[in-house]
Amino acid sequence: MESRDVSTAPDLPDAAGGPDDAPLVQLVTPAGSRVTTPEAEAYRERVAHLDPAALRGLYRDMVLTRRFDDEATSLQRQGELGLFAQAKGQEAAQVGSARALATQDYVFPSYREHGVSHVRGIDPTARLRMYRGVDHGGWDPAEHNVHLYTLVIGSHVLHATGYAMGVQRDGLVGTGDPERDTAVVAYFGDGATSQGDVSEALVFAAVNNAPVVFFCQNNQWAISEPATKQARVPLYRRGSGFGVPSVRVDGNDVLACYAVMAEALERARTGGGPTFVEAFTYRMGAHTTSDDPTRYRSRAQEEYWRRRDPIDRLEALLRAEGTWDEAFAAEVAAEGEALGERLRTEVRALEAPPASTMFEHVYASPHAVVDADRSWFAEYEQSFEPADHVEGSTR
Amino acid sequence: MSESTKTLTVARAINEGLRRSLERDQKVLLMGEDIGALGGVFRVTDGLQKDFGEDRVVDTPLAESGILGTAIGLALRGYRPVCEIQFDGFIFPAYDQITTQLAKMHARSGGRVQVPVVIRVPFGGGIGAVEHHSESPEALFAHTAGLRVVSPSTPQDAFTMIQEAIASPDPVLFFEPKGRYWEKGEVDVAGAGEGARVLDRARVVRPGTDLTLVAYGPTVATALRAAAAAEQEGRSVEVVDLRAISPLDTATVVASVRRTGRCVVVHEAPTFLGSGAEVAARVTEECFYSLEAPVLRVGGFHTQYPVAKIEHEYLPSLDRVLDAVDRAFAY
Repeated sequence: MESRDVSTAPDLPDAAGGPDDAPLVQLVTPAGSRVTTPEAEAYRERVAHLDPAALRGLYRDMVLTRRFDDEATSLQRQGELGLFAQAKGQEAAQVGSARALATQDYVFPSYREHGVSHVRGIDPTARLRMYRGVDHGGWDPAEHNVHLYTLVIGSHVLHATGYAMGVQRDGLVGTGDPERDTAVVAYFGDGATSQGDVSEALVFAAVNNAPVVFFCQNNQWAISEPATKQARVPLYRRGSGFGVPSVRVDGNDVLACYAVMAEALERARTGGGPTFVEAFTYRMGAHTTSDDPTRYRSRAQEEYWRRRDPIDRLEALLRAEGTWDEAFAAEVAAEGEALGERLRTEVRALEAPPASTMFEHVYASPHAVVDADRSWFAEYEQSFEPADHVEGSTR
Repeated sequence: MSESTKTLTVARAINEGLRRSLERDQKVLLMGEDIGALGGVFRVTDGLQKDFGEDRVVDTPLAESGILGTAIGLALRGYRPVCEIQFDGFIFPAYDQITTQLAKMHARSGGRVQVPVVIRVPFGGGIGAVEHHSESPEALFAHTAGLRVVSPSTPQDAFTMIQEAIASPDPVLFFEPKGRYWEKGEVDVAGAGEGARVLDRARVVRPGTDLTLVAYGPTVATALRAAAAAEQEGRSVEVVDLRAISPLDTATVVASVRRTGRCVVVHEAPTFLGSGAEVAARVTEECFYSLEAPVLRVGGFHTQYPVAKIEHEYLPSLDRVLDAVDRAFAY
């Protein structure tokens, strides 16, 4: 399989980031109507079972992801988080792809996959522990089959590939049992495609025929660098040189992302090996709360993509098909309010861990140097104890 | 010689240790370049792919970061990968995966995940090799919390320690003294894994009363020869084999130096910010009133590893170790 020429991206107001004239799988237009071309037929079949309730479920996922983003950004502005990286604009790519996963599938995210972690059921407050500065991780990877966020760009794509090689050795590929056959997904961005680790991951995945999906969200910006600084060809073409089937999908079309991911996962689970997916989307927010996009991109471009907001597109589809439900929308909005309130309360309550916790889990078995440092630090801290008990001091 | 004792080279002892680990635990995998049909460029994995199959003794693509990165993923899935890096100087493409990922994974997960990856690295010089084939980068890894860094000096330790490294829940850098691969020694192949763990315990390999020579890996043999030579001059030199530089078994070294009053550390790596500097600092802090002389170091210079024709002037030779012993006695 190679990419399918289903539709083409519209002209952009300026050099928005990367070659963008490549064919793109699309099932719903920005105006909210279904794409009916024969080329899209195979993908349409993969979402045919998604009834109005399921579509509204995707809408809910995306709205709650957006709300999580907005709330976390506000908390950072209030000084409650040290940093935050928004997923804003990428909700369709993340929610659509993650909803195609099976429970036993395993995900290796980068650090902006809040839509994926929402779908996988990771506690929203736990997702912010790292950004609060109270944890380097935040959750138990085994509980949701989601590895911790990885900050070194591209490193985890190799971990996903190795994990998939483990799945192969466990005999969980091509058994024919959908409850057992397992796929692994690495989420990464356009900038990561320049990292050697991503190329090495493609090599290892290809020669091992590993059940891994390379899900690249091309949000067009690696902090301030447009995707044209990463590649002269559309990113999805990276796969073909490695012998990895590749597909480019409209990353703001939640149904297309679901369909493309479902196809890639099926290939992985049945022994067909890896797939490279480029989800062409847009980072509507800043890279992180420390970034200032006004220095490197135009308002016109931001406005262009604001009008292609993935949440608006799904709402337009629901309205066009007469399945929009005001009561449901109000319910989701209320749920968003509750999520916001919960985050404000719970994040503020996340206390700094005791300093002595830095000595925990440095190693999984005793290590004399750490033990000596821990003992020294404990004695040092104890030497201040009398002063600590001076309460109500007016000094 | 008991029935379970065999005479083996260091390389063969590691091979036997790997074989036992592969037999004992189905989750153990070997990964590396040319480790299959060829048996590795030093033949350390000779015959293992034939006996355990291509899925357990894996010839990987030629990409060190890829080897380590996929090994981490395999470890997260419950496997125990043992990666061979072909030569010391080729470990650096994997340095990022080792230091930013492997070393931190257990800690950043709050202890929820373990990554029991072993990285075998033939290291050290003296074999007349070309550039990048004779280096001693162990201090770079010992400086990184989360990694264990060890080096065997004898066939017996090579056999025992590789099995202990594989059984360890922590990542282990296993530095193999490539210049000693073909040296033989007696190995008790029955008892490994059952006695007290030796992986991170220094041992006194030769007792003495006047000076302590601290060494590990390839320099232990040099230190023993120096001790024998010093004996001719009436000096009683104790030799301590560290076995590990992370963790550093300070207690064994300190106990020795408190008795002897003098300490010389010997390693092939450059002395500048090397593991000997750490030993010297800790000995100075803990043995200050026992010391008759400052702790001295013998090792590589702060230069690029030199060309083969002059490498023996760079390496800590018997004469340079004896020179340091003389200097220590001159105080």
